[in-house]
Amino acid sequence: MTNATSPDTYKRLLEVKGLQTYFKTDAGIVKAVDGISFTLNKGETLGIVGESGSGKSVTNLSIMRLIPSPPGKIVGGEVLFEGKDILKLSESELRHLRGNDISMIFQDPMTSLNPFLRISTQMIETIRLHKTMSRKEALAKSIEMLKLVGIPAAEERIHSYPHQFSGGMRQRVMIAMALSCEAKILIADEPTTALDVTIQAQILELIQELSKKLDTAVILITHDLGVVAGMCDTVCVMYAGKIVEKAKTDDLYAKPSHPYTFGLIQSVPRLDKAHDGKLFSIEGQPPNVIDLPPCCPFHPRCHKAMDICRTKYPPTKDLGNGHEVSCWLFIDEKEHSHE
Amino acid sequence: MTKYIIRRLLGIIPTLLVIITISFFIIRVAPGGPFDGERALPEVVKRNIEAKYHMNDPLIVQYGRYMFDVLRGDLGPSYRYKDHDVNFYIFQSLPNSMILGAIAISLSIIFGITSGMLAAVKQNTWVDYLSMALAVVGISVPLFVIGPVLQYIFAMRLGWFPTSGWFRSGDGWKTIVLPALTLAFADFATIARLTRSSMLETLRSDYIRTAKAKGMKPSAIIFKHSMKGAMLPIVSYLGPAFAGIITGSVVVETVFRIPGLGRFFVQSSFNRDYTLIVGVVIVYSVILVIMNFLVDIVYSLLDPRITYK
Ligand SMILES: Nc1ncnc2c1ncn2[C@@H]1O[C@H](COP(=O)(O)OP(=O)(O)O)[C@@H](O)[C@H]1O
Ligand SMILES: [Mg+2]
Repeated sequence: MTNATSPDTYKRLLEVKGLQTYFKTDAGIVKAVDGISFTLNKGETLGIVGESGSGKSVTNLSIMRLIPSPPGKIVGGEVLFEGKDILKLSESELRHLRGNDISMIFQDPMTSLNPFLRISTQMIETIRLHKTMSRKEALAKSIEMLKLVGIPAAEERIHSYPHQFSGGMRQRVMIAMALSCEAKILIADEPTTALDVTIQAQILELIQELSKKLDTAVILITHDLGVVAGMCDTVCVMYAGKIVEKAKTDDLYAKPSHPYTFGLIQSVPRLDKAHDGKLFSIEGQPPNVIDLPPCCPFHPRCHKAMDICRTKYPPTKDLGNGHEVSCWLFIDEKEHSHE
Repeated sequence: MTKYIIRRLLGIIPTLLVIITISFFIIRVAPGGPFDGERALPEVVKRNIEAKYHMNDPLIVQYGRYMFDVLRGDLGPSYRYKDHDVNFYIFQSLPNSMILGAIAISLSIIFGITSGMLAAVKQNTWVDYLSMALAVVGISVPLFVIGPVLQYIFAMRLGWFPTSGWFRSGDGWKTIVLPALTLAFADFATIARLTRSSMLETLRSDYIRTAKAKGMKPSAIIFKHSMKGAMLPIVSYLGPAFAGIITGSVVVETVFRIPGLGRFFVQSSFNRDYTLIVGVVIVYSVILVIMNFLVDIVYSLLDPRITYK
């Protein structure tokens, strides 16, 4: 292994390599995630962007091996956490990883907490799953975490039930719970989509602040490129189960290369650019990923589509500085005929 | 909560008054009367009897008199059975039906929830198929078939239990086993299916995904995180089911010759035995109303989102 000695290895916390997750449905095989790869470094914040249905949630549930099976199945690839393949872990090793090394918060804080159990019960059990602590110590730790995420009167409110909290407060509780075992990676799946606009910014700020403080790497899933700009070091743009473009955030904004990325950036409302009252939006519907023929799935919506786009999926082209794009526009004739 | 309980208990009274009133009048609207037999009674005799039971008074006067008696706890004389009044027949038979019903419902709860849970957790395995097959039998095969089949196998063939009789009539405790099993079967089936579907739904919910993402063990996920939520539909079902099983076990009481309340349901209707019909209806309503009340209380104990003030 040449990797083991390179200085990069230290930094690499999570490596996803060629991950494929399919769902068997009556209508056919849904290739929800089809051969995606990315790396998450220590302390880094990685954004995964894409329209709804592009496979963002399935990607992250696959990392945690939480894909409902049947109908879902991880059919290929590797997910290396600190060099160990999560896909090969035993059930008990997996339980040790979940919530301890990698934890998750979900889109809908209204349904993600158990409505039948007190917040205290749910937080204490999480801590005691992974740490040898008495109930009392775990309670103290839980209260401390709730204070950290800005829950007022945490000592009393911890004994409430989830329905006694607002949506924003519940998401704070989820964050507190997710970080209570000092996970190395926090996966946040559209953590603010279900919340009021005014609360959204607060929650994102909280995630950013705490991840810095606790040195937690973050995978932030969103369909909003505007959110990514302020928070992420690196961005993966997903379309129809594939990563179509991957770059450092600054590079992506400076040089959006895939026509889909370009469209996404155009559709973010901006204050510094005048537009004639209209927002750009990508025309057409996101593709159906059932029985997709070999082609660039974006071609029906792409203004620059060429003949080849209809028949073959483009290879990935490295534009330098880790900026990768999968689009025929960047493959010149020579390479092309080489393929 | 205490306030709520008191308010609910007080609310039972008008409900019952309405039920009594409706059944009092409906039963008298139905054609025929208690003394219209196959052979017409001589005019004089009939008039005498009707005078004795005040049947010639205006209906509203009869109603007032009946209500007055009922409120004092007297359900009146039976129009058919001359030896005793309605209170006697009900108090004699109701405990038998209650005991049988309570045992049957307990059996159906224990076996129904267990097999429903197993079916859900082991979805699409032979455990699932077996318990659901059993449930289909319970739902589709009527009690008057299940009862005799059990009698044939366990009483006549194996001789483990008596074919009929009743332990309170001095026939030994074993008499209760077969009727209780028979009666339990239908509710077992429904509870098993309810538990399975409700458990499956709960296991698919977001908060269970959260519990898995925290690294919890499957057993803790099932018992600590899923049970309460999954039990709510069963609790709602149990109220009316219990009321029904206590009063509606006509078939089982007939098959196993048990002196329960069920037979009065049918006989009193055929006989147009006005007071006995309304008496049985009152008993049934009281049990149903109390059961629904208990369901609401248990529901609020299970689900913290429901609070009664
Ligand atoms: N349990 C499932 N059964 C069948 N298809 C599924 C299931 N979960 C997700 N999918 C499919 O996978 C694709 C990607 O879904 P998802 O990852 O949830 O998208 P998003 O990017 O919005 O998070 C969608 O086409 C969806 O229909
Ligand atoms: Mg999603």
